[in-house]
Amino acid sequence: MKRMSWFNTVSLTLGFAFLYVPMLILVIYSFNASKLVTVWAGFSTKWYGELLQNEAFLNAAWVTIKVAVISSTIATVLGTMAAYVLVRGGRFMGRTLFSGMIYAPLVMPEVITGLSLLLLFIGLGLDRGVMTIVLAHTTFSMCYVSVVVSSRLVTFDRSLEEAALDLGCSPSEAFRLVTLPIIAPAVISGWLLAFTLSLDDLVIASFTSGPAATTLPIKIYSAVRLGVSPEINALSTLMIAVVTIGVITASLVNKRQMVRQKRDERAAERSA
Amino acid sequence: MLRPALCLFAPKPLIARGPSLAPVRTCGGRSLTIPVFEPWNDPEAKPLIQFQNVTKRFGDFTAIDDLTIGIYEKEFFALLGPSGCGKTTMMRMLAGFETPTEGSIYLAGQDMAPVPPNKRATNMMFQSYALFPHLSIWENIAFGLKREKMPKHDINDRVEEMLRLTRLEKFANRKPHQISGGQRQRVALARSLAKHPKLLLLDEPLGALDKKLRQDTQFELMDIQEKTGTTFVIVTHDQEEAMTVASRVAVMDHGKIIQVATPDRIYETPNSVYVADFIGEVNIIDGTATPNGPDSYSVAWKDGQAPLNVQSPADFSEGQTCHLAIRPEKVTINAEKPEGVDNLVQGKILDIAYLGNISTYHVELPSGAVIKAQSANTRRISRRAFTWEDTVWLSWTATAGVLLAE
Repeated sequence: MKRMSWFNTVSLTLGFAFLYVPMLILVIYSFNASKLVTVWAGFSTKWYGELLQNEAFLNAAWVTIKVAVISSTIATVLGTMAAYVLVRGGRFMGRTLFSGMIYAPLVMPEVITGLSLLLLFIGLGLDRGVMTIVLAHTTFSMCYVSVVVSSRLVTFDRSLEEAALDLGCSPSEAFRLVTLPIIAPAVISGWLLAFTLSLDDLVIASFTSGPAATTLPIKIYSAVRLGVSPEINALSTLMIAVVTIGVITASLVNKRQMVRQKRDERAAERSA
Repeated sequence: MLRPALCLFAPKPLIARGPSLAPVRTCGGRSLTIPVFEPWNDPEAKPLIQFQNVTKRFGDFTAIDDLTIGIYEKEFFALLGPSGCGKTTMMRMLAGFETPTEGSIYLAGQDMAPVPPNKRATNMMFQSYALFPHLSIWENIAFGLKREKMPKHDINDRVEEMLRLTRLEKFANRKPHQISGGQRQRVALARSLAKHPKLLLLDEPLGALDKKLRQDTQFELMDIQEKTGTTFVIVTHDQEEAMTVASRVAVMDHGKIIQVATPDRIYETPNSVYVADFIGEVNIIDGTATPNGPDSYSVAWKDGQAPLNVQSPADFSEGQTCHLAIRPEKVTINAEKPEGVDNLVQGKILDIAYLGNISTYHVELPSGAVIKAQSANTRRISRRAFTWEDTVWLSWTATAGVLLAE
């Protein structure tokens, strides 16, 4: 392997340090035996144990996951439908307006989205809780799904759908049997994106949550205001671990698939 | 005059295409007992597909312009034309992906307008093949059969049969990206034939293959068409391909069909300069006609040249402008002046295109006109009697060319 120049080495080190030193410190202090966050008093895993005893945190975590799963699933269904209509619907009245409007929440400040949703829920007389957070998260993550799915649909070979129709599929069968399986990777990434957005959202959730339901980001934020506890560090470390494992697995699977596809294609050309 | 030649070359479908579909043709007084496949000459025959005054407009653009034509059962019908001539639109209307703006299309006597693509007895082979990437070759072929709710063992049998027909047995479990381009093409064909369509539509099916593979595949296509007896309609811009595979060729331009005929008739007796020019190479000589007998004309052309003798079935009045279309291979090139020929001109060789088996000579006449003559290289090139800048004689018979009005 070629040796890197000193300039490249330094930039790489600085770049990665900038990104990861804060997280590294957090991870290290989560194993701190002392109750004081900034004073090192030896290695311990007791905060992880205490975290598992903390009812409030566990409840918040459960609510967060529930909200994320439900809202990202609804957002994926709605977002995929919207993308399909906008890409495939032809030139209907107001198409440009609709496609512009679906992307507006992407640039809308979260505070405004949150506030307007809060006003809506109050106006409708809805009790704020899990359901209102789900609705709010669906609203803002749907447009992300729609962006991801429509960028896949634009490059989708239309003749595949026509072939399905030609072979006897009704339009809905063609979508279910051909379009959906082929765009599935984009739909799944859309779902994952919506899931993560919902998982770490603080602003919109704080507008739309009520006393009955608190999500983890809100819980952490309010806990930190009273002072950073090693328990929070432990919790954050767990979250980092989950995300890291997820990302690494996804990219490994993806890479292996690409390698296999390349190999297959080369083999096919050779055997021809 | 063309009749005897036609008898020899025309009925390509002599190769056992269903018994006595069409009248028996007599040739030179002798009666031949081989049935000739020519339903378009049979007034009793009903076309499988009928386009009746079909017009298709996309906004201001007219893709198909008041088109009426019949395509018969078991035909291998080619739609040939430059891109944008409307041939793909015609095919997409047959498949049901487009609807005519005016007029109607009948398939086996039934108006197709209200029938959606998935309810039509037609299947299409797409230019991009459109194989489903997430399904195996086997599942791709079975796809249409499963939609019909066919019993499982029948599906198995039919898929196996199609795999055998297209020689893909070994690849049944592969995915489309695991096979080569030629194999993908055969999967697309197998998939579109699996449902026993009344009509198979082929959209530039061989466009993605290289030349050698394309030629092999053309014969394979003809073979499969004969075996299955399905009516094929093929869209292509490759005239060689259309000539090779088709029983009839329709040459299209700007949404209209200019001529429909068997490949040999299209080539030998084009009905217009456009068709003559589109199919193969041709010399077009502009002149004025003077009738001097039944179907016989004396064509005056550039000043200073002797008038040409032409025998061609046409109807020209005295002094009418006409175009003589003559194929380069029907022009003989000689170093010495030949005797007893109908038409003779002298010129200088301007250019030689050496293609190995044949050479095309561009000969400039004293008037500045250039005539192309083609001859087979039956001798070694070093023994050729003429080369660049040599003066040569060009000659052709009175029946070699076709006299066209436009």
